Amino acid sequence: MTTAPEGFEPVTTATGISASAWLLIALPLAGAIILLLGGRRLDKVGHWLGCATVVVAFVIGVMTFMQVHGLADDARVMDSTLYSWIPVGSLQVDFGLRIDPLSLTFVLLITGVGSLIHIYSIGYMSHDPDRRKFFAYLNLFVAAMLLLVLGNSFVTLYFGWEGVGLASYLLIGWYTDRPSAATAAKKAFIMNRVGDVGLSLAIFLMFKEMGTTSFTGVFDRIGDLAQTSPGSVTTIALLLLLGACGKSGQFPLQAWLPDAMEGPTPVSALIHAATMVTAGVYLIARSSPIFDLTADGRLVVAIIGALTLLIGCVAGCAKDDIKKVLAYSTVSQIGYMFLAVGLGAGVYALGIMHLLAHGFFKAGLFLGAGSIMHAMNDDVDMRRFGGLARRMPITFVTMACGYLAIIGFPFFSGWFTKDPIIEAAFAAGGTKGALLGGAALLGAGLTAFYMTRLMIMTFFGDARWKELKSTDGRDYHPHEASSVMTIPMIVLAVGSVGAGWFLSSHERLAEWLTPSVGTFVEPDPAIGKTVITIATLVLMVLGVLVAYLAVGRRPVPVRAPEHVNPVIRFARADVGGNALNETLIARPGTWLGRTLVFTDVKGVDGAVNGIAATLGGLSGRWRRWQNGFVRSYALSMLAGTLVLTLALVLVRFA
Amino acid sequence: MTPTHYLVLSALLFGIGAVGVLVRRNAIVVFMCVELMLNAVNLSLVTFSRMHGNLDGVIMAFFVMVVAAAEVVVGLAIIMSIFRSRRSSSVDDANLLKF
Amino acid sequence: MSTLSAAAVAAAGGGAGGEQIAFWILAPIALAGAIGMVMSKGAVHSALWLVLTMLSLGCFYIIQEAEFLGFVQIIVYTGAIMMLFLFVLMLTGRDAGDSVIEVLRGQRVWALVIGIGLVGLVVTGLLRALGATSSVGLGEVLAARGAIGSIAAVLFTDYLFPFELTSALLITAAVGAMVLAHVERAPGEKRSQRQRVAERMRSDRMSPLPGPGVFATSSSNATPALLPDGSIAPGSVSRLVEIEESERVARRYAAGEALAELEGVDHPSRGPGNQADDATQTPDYDTYEVTDVPTTKGAAR
Repeated sequence: MTTAPEGFEPVTTATGISASAWLLIALPLAGAIILLLGGRRLDKVGHWLGCATVVVAFVIGVMTFMQVHGLADDARVMDSTLYSWIPVGSLQVDFGLRIDPLSLTFVLLITGVGSLIHIYSIGYMSHDPDRRKFFAYLNLFVAAMLLLVLGNSFVTLYFGWEGVGLASYLLIGWYTDRPSAATAAKKAFIMNRVGDVGLSLAIFLMFKEMGTTSFTGVFDRIGDLAQTSPGSVTTIALLLLLGACGKSGQFPLQAWLPDAMEGPTPVSALIHAATMVTAGVYLIARSSPIFDLTADGRLVVAIIGALTLLIGCVAGCAKDDIKKVLAYSTVSQIGYMFLAVGLGAGVYALGIMHLLAHGFFKAGLFLGAGSIMHAMNDDVDMRRFGGLARRMPITFVTMACGYLAIIGFPFFSGWFTKDPIIEAAFAAGGTKGALLGGAALLGAGLTAFYMTRLMIMTFFGDARWKELKSTDGRDYHPHEASSVMTIPMIVLAVGSVGAGWFLSSHERLAEWLTPSVGTFVEPDPAIGKTVITIATLVLMVLGVLVAYLAVGRRPVPVRAPEHVNPVIRFARADVGGNALNETLIARPGTWLGRTLVFTDVKGVDGAVNGIAATLGGLSGRWRRWQNGFVRSYALSMLAGTLVLTLALVLVRFA
Repeated sequence: MTPTHYLVLSALLFGIGAVGVLVRRNAIVVFMCVELMLNAVNLSLVTFSRMHGNLDGVIMAFFVMVVAAAEVVVGLAIIMSIFRSRRSSSVDDANLLKF
Repeated sequence: MSTLSAAAVAAAGGGAGGEQIAFWILAPIALAGAIGMVMSKGAVHSALWLVLTMLSLGCFYIIQEAEFLGFVQIIVYTGAIMMLFLFVLMLTGRDAGDSVIEVLRGQRVWALVIGIGLVGLVVTGLLRALGATSSVGLGEVLAARGAIGSIAAVLFTDYLFPFELTSALLITAAVGAMVLAHVERAPGEKRSQRQRVAERMRSDRMSPLPGPGVFATSSSNATPALLPDGSIAPGSVSRLVEIEESERVARRYAAGEALAELEGVDHPSRGPGNQADDATQTPDYDTYEVTDVPTTKGAAR
């Protein structure tokens, strides 16, 4: 038992089912290993095994949740140390798990949504001969993500961090016959890496300043560090933010997320909507003691959140690829979460709440998009869809639930989770509050616009696909998906509808998370909550209306118009994200590489080869002294004698 | 005469012999120059013997003479057999040990 | 005389007068011999210059009271070894001398420079080290048993082992020389005529050498065979014969005067009744010039 910092509960050792929390990680990991090593023999049962591990993990998670829920409020934070992992001199890192409300929330999200998506994948990947390997990678991902959220030190978290990065790379590049998929996987991994550097630097700094990297150790001593050197606390916070930006696809590292749609749709749903991209939010929420102590750090987080929010919205408005629109939507919604956790002490819970709701409705939207792709010969261009509502009713209804949730329609999930964030933004006060709040409001309107545009282009209007053929020459025959795919979608739709109300009523989630992130402080904006609510509603309606006017009334052209105004062109070009990366990083990097190659070839190789050539040349010249004539050799001997005699005479007589 | 005179003469003869070895090409003449060098050394040995007043130098010179005789015998036999197979007694003919 | 010699001694810096004179005469001779040996063109000339040097060295030994060694030098070194050199020179061809052109660039220059440098250094060293010493002389040592007896005493007591080794060396050298110089030809190996003919066909010159000139015209060994244009055929006279001799004979033949050779003093055709005028007929062996031809020759032939 250690004394907890102010506002936090003491940490106890895990007992009961919580002591078996390691099973949560071990089961999917074992599943991954068995499926990978088993080979073709397991092709028939691979997918069932893959699902089984995650479902069992979900069951264990629920049981652990029940146990912790039954404990008293101040006994809910538990540590379970497994073994001594890195004992090196003064660096003592134990491999242990932290079972507390925050990690359990994430465990439930990961395993719950994960199981649904595993079941969905049975149907979606049924035509793929490597389905077993797909499930192995999915299991690997789940294991790594669980390790990330369950670890009790920053190093263990980093282990899981790297693991999800690896799994993301493997899964984005799943279609090995597409070079674009390989490039996208590389891009994702490299941009993640940039963020990972930030995280590792933060860990190094923690170790240097405080001599420990475990959560308890760091959170105990961070208070003292803030007294002696507030600058290093801010540095640690900003480095952690860099890591979170990399993993969650926030500005400036957001360019990889839309490209990651090259992977199969279940991957997009699980990794790039519900779980991996939320790891950044988890990191910041977990490091709440650190962020509580640095106002500058929080401000930067909030600004990044607001900026990314707008970038995501603007870019999503101009895309025709259904998955890319949803990807930018994810970027934008995570911006909301970052904004929430950046707004400071007391409102972390809002970010987590939106995260949970987002997990439901975004996963549902992605699964629906996957179902549409399945029906339309794997085509993603919305301009070739149209009028699918009647053909695919279940998909339509589930996607509609998600749509209403995301735009913040009253009494759906988004209403309960997004509005408080906007209120909290305005409650920050002053110009800061006004700007952040205004950005959040604007984002709400734009969200409504692009989501409505998506729905109209896909489900309503003329059935443009009737006159078209897909890229591989076949006709379109849209049909509803099989039940193994539709059942998870229905479950997620239910969550999209009800999760928001469930989590926010009686401040259930906020109270549940108090031992982990601190007491929840209800935001109190100066201009009043009703004003904000009305403003949000107005903007939402405005967005829907504009979308209807732009897309719903006239027939949608199958080819994207080329002469568009500069704003649309800017939005189509990913809001300058790729251009920025290209100029700032890619070109200097290539130039540096070329310079180094030049130096190596001319300089290093030149020096080495030059020495060899010099030796060769010298020896080529000097070997002519050996001319074979005895008399010249005798001359050399006499010269040597002369030198010896000279030395003798000098030494003796000089 | 002081011993120095004889020694200087001996050094001169030795030098001349050395130069002769380097300059002449007939193997027999080279051999003769080597003999000259040996003789110069003999002269210096006798001078030293006289200088010190004991017979060691003389005896050494004696042995040098005997060994020189043996050397001449064998050396000339070698030169002759080389000459038989090559029809030439030039020292420059043996120049295969080159680059 | 004594004052002169004493003055000479004082002027020359030590040593008895006779020794000085001997030294200053013999030393240049020795040096001249050495330099002559190095610089002369023919090999036999070099050998003879060396003999001169060795003789003067022998005299030096005698002057320095090592008489035994001096005589050994003259008898053994000069007499035997140098003669051995001359024998070998005879066998290998005395005209196998050096051409003047030096094959190696700078060899002569550098040899000279280094030789002079070496001599200079050694002389400097010697002068610095021994400039002030004078000789004790061998007189005392040789007094006990005489010149030869003292040497024998030291040789057979202190230096017995080297002595024995040297004798072994001499035997080895003799045997070695015999082995090296021996031309081994197994009994059955004499070349048959067939083999000789085959070898000749493969050699430089297939046809027989031109025989020397017809002896009917001259009794000289130098008579050459003449080519159609009147010049001397190479290879028809031995190389050991002077070429001028052959040319003279050829000229006389060309002048149609070779017949006079038959009129030599001891020739059987020249009997008492056939004697021509001695004064005019006697061939002048110095000039080989015959002025006129007796007209009665045609019948006697």
